[in-house]
Formats: sequence, structure tokens, C-alpha cells
Amino acid sequence: MSNKNHHDKIERSVGLLAILTIVAISFGTLVLITPLFFLDETTQPVDGMTPYTALQLEGRDIYIREGCVGCHSQMIRPFRAEVERYGHYSVAGESVWDHPFLWGSKRTGPDLARVGERYSDDWHHAHLMDPRSVVPQSNMPAFPWLETNVLDGKYTAKKMQVLRSFGLPYSDEDIDGAAAAVQGKTEMQALIAYLQSLGTHLK
Amino acid sequence: MSSFWSAWIIVLTLPVLIGCAILLTWNLKNYVGVPEDETTGHEVDGIEEINNPLPRWWTYMFILTLVWSVFYLAAYPGLGNWKGFLNWTSSNQGIKSLEQSQLAVVKAVEEGRNVEFDREMVRADEVYGPVFQQFAKRDVLDLAYDDEAIKIGQRLFLQNCALCHGSNARGQHGFPNLTDSDWLYGGTPDKIKETLLHGRKAVMPGWFDALGEQGIKEMTAYVLSLSGRSVNERDAEAGKAKFGMCAACHGADGKGSLAHNLPFGAPNLTDNIWLYGGSARAVEETLTKGRNGVMPAFKQTLGEDKVHILTAYVYRLANPEKPADQQ
Repeated sequence: MSNKNHHDKIERSVGLLAILTIVAISFGTLVLITPLFFLDETTQPVDGMTPYTALQLEGRDIYIREGCVGCHSQMIRPFRAEVERYGHYSVAGESVWDHPFLWGSKRTGPDLARVGERYSDDWHHAHLMDPRSVVPQSNMPAFPWLETNVLDGKYTAKKMQVLRSFGLPYSDEDIDGAAAAVQGKTEMQALIAYLQSLGTHLK
Repeated sequence: MSSFWSAWIIVLTLPVLIGCAILLTWNLKNYVGVPEDETTGHEVDGIEEINNPLPRWWTYMFILTLVWSVFYLAAYPGLGNWKGFLNWTSSNQGIKSLEQSQLAVVKAVEEGRNVEFDREMVRADEVYGPVFQQFAKRDVLDLAYDDEAIKIGQRLFLQNCALCHGSNARGQHGFPNLTDSDWLYGGTPDKIKETLLHGRKAVMPGWFDALGEQGIKEMTAYVLSLSGRSVNERDAEAGKAKFGMCAACHGADGKGSLAHNLPFGAPNLTDNIWLYGGSARAVEETLTKGRNGVMPAFKQTLGEDKVHILTAYVYRLANPEKPADQQ
């Protein structure tokens, strides 16, 4: 057998195979992902953006906990059919402060990227307590426990500190007042506050 | 994109393409020292390893993808700041406000760039724009009895309004019935349009702190008596004495703000039509906790032309018969 058979060498050495595999796949990461951490387009928020308030932040965590992202995307694609229904297509500057982002990839229910200020708080309350009460053909589950679960704000300040380390402009007052801002509020109020904020920053 | 990152992408992408081509050429050569299709001499459990060349069809496909990638990177925006010779993008990127978005559309046209989304909107506007413009010129009272306008209005209503007001527009707890003649902010075409474009925010404060439990009970009795319900008269009398605090919005006679040409949206309490329920318990709840009815604004979502047609549809809901003088 020829000693020129380099393939043979790679196939017999797992370590070398692993290293070369990592080199091969890292090109994609370096080209497609790395620049996104440094471009204004993908790191600068839209004009006048404010970070989530303490209550909205807790609402976002309830949104994650209840698995809303499994059925609702938050990403309006640049197609007329979507823009007519949901509003202006989503832009990168709107989700630079979302850690993690909740774009989702499944729409059993409608997209929620611009649901903020689209319905009243009362509507959201009625809809989350029993979706069928306002949308008879809805197959969304009801979330009545949100009404009785009360927030204690134990970790709210901590969460905001972590987000600040990611670059969100929370002030010391925001963080000091976080627990007080959510204490005694129901999860329902928090989730509605979060929903009402979605997509309202692009003005 | 800064020129550094543009260069970064180009410098990493092009060598990868060349590298793929080299890798393919290298693998097409026979380095094994055994002629193709003959055994290499390896054998395990009677299975021999044959020195098979790469399949022809697979090799051609590989070459085709390489050729395609070169064409693709030349035609479309992929290589850093290179815009591609087709000048094509899916949408305007990097927008930081709605104003910038509108400017980007204009700028793309000036620069002759093909923005797929913008072109889709222009094509749609060419088809549907004239329809809406033609309706926008006509009076709401005229449109309200135009079958085509009403058909469009109904679609708009079902997509945007039915979630709260119901598909039959008869409303539900907390969301007004649009088919009756009772209006909170006015049922003239102008007022309906104003409501649709800019939304409404009603605030009924909670009065528990001011009235206390007994006071709420008395006020409930008086409020119910206004629409002729039978109530405990002593309670009602006591409630009436305190009705001054309600009169600022609902009027001293309780006929609501609209009857007095005031823009608060405070309901008429004398007509036995109830937005949040007319049982003693529901009224007590309203008085205790207050209510915050919100009609969202649709100017941004639908635009004025569509709202114009929707106004006609909503007007028609409450005025199903064409007035005699117009027939």
C-alpha cells in the first residue's frame, strides 16, 4: 500500500479526524455567525428602545415557562401576507436585548412579534383565562393559574443584573426597585405587561 | 458592514470554495496502489474492501454545486459588502425606526436596487390601491349601503375587530355591542372613524376607598334604579345623595357623557344596556374596582383607506336600513 494514502492516516487517528472535522465546520461559524456579534445592524437596538421593565421581564419568563414559544413565533417575515396581518416585518434591532430570543419556529397560533397594544388588557385577561370566551374556534389552552400565582420578586433584581452584564442599560435604581415593582402582582399581570410591550419599540 | 468584516467573510469564503475543489481533485486520484474496482486485500468475515472510485454522478453533482456557488455569490449579496450583480435583497436591513424603513424604500428605488418585499408591496398596491382609493373618495354614508364596500368591510371586521366585538358584532362582557344604537363616543361616521383610527381609553375609577362597602351597596341601588329596576329605596336615596361624584362623567341625570357632548365615553346609566353586566353584583364590582375599557388604535395597522371602509361597515351595523331620503 502506498504511504501516500493520507486518508488512511486520518481514518486511523480519531484525534486527527476530530481536529480536522472541527476545522472544516468552523468555517461556517466564522463566516455566518462571528460577524453578527460586531455589526451595528445586529447589536444596536432600534431608536428609542427601552429594556423590559421588572414586571415585563417576569412576564417574559412566564412566557418561556408556559412554553408559549412552542406555538407562537415572534418573527414577522418580509412577505406582504405577513405584514398585512401583523405589521412591519421584524428587524434585528428589536431583539438585540432578548436573551435568549423567542423568535420560535412554529405557528400553531398567530405570530406575536407585534401583539403589543393590539388588544386591551381586559381582552388578554379574558383570553388567557379562557381563550374560547373571546375566540370561539381557538385551540389554545387556558392558563387560569396565572391569575392566582403571585410574584414574590425574589430573583427579579438578580435577573436584571445578569442582563445588565449582557449590555442592557438597566440603572441601579431599576435594579434596586425591581423586587418592589413586581411584589404582589399576579403572573397574569406580568404576562400581559410583557405581551403589551411586544413590537411597540419600532416607531 | 465595516470593510474589516466584509474582508473577513470574503477571505474565509473564497479559499473554502477553492479548498473544496482541491479536496475533490485529490480524492479523484488513485493513491491506494490498487487498480480501481479491485480488492485492496482487506477482508473481514468474508467481506472484501474493494477500491471503489467516487461515483461519477456524485462527482458531477459536487462540481455543479461549486459552479453554482460561484454564480450565486456573484449574483446575490453573500460576499461581505458585494451587493451581487442582480442587485437583489429580500428586505431592507438594519432599520432602526419606521421612518428609516420608509426612507429605505425610497432610497432603494433611487439606487435601482431590487428589494423583493418592496416590489411585492408595489405590485399589490397597483392591484388593490385603486380599489381603496376609489372608496376613499366616497362618503361613508354612501359606502355604508354599497354592497362591494360592505363585503370588504366585513372581511376587515372579521380579521381585526371580531376578536373582541364578536363575529356578529354584538360584543361581549367588556366589549361594546356595535349593532345597537347605544354609543359611548358617538355613532356618527366622523366619531366612528376617530375611534377606529386613534383608539379609545376609558377610565372608570374604583370607588371603594371613597364609598366603603355600605356606600357601594347604596350607589349600586341608585344606579340600578336609574334604568327603572326595582331596588331597596332607602339605599337608592342614600346613593343618590352621593351621585355628585359620578355626575362629573356620567352627568347629573346619569345619561352619560355623550348626551352632554363630553368625550369621556362614560356610559348612559339609564338605558339598561350594560357593558360589564347589569346584575347588582356586576355593578358592585364595577363600582368597587373600576373599569378600564381600551379600544386599540388601527391607524398604523390598517391605514386610513381601509379604516374608511371599516367605518362604513360599522356604521351600517347600527343603521341597517338606508335612510328614506336617500333611497
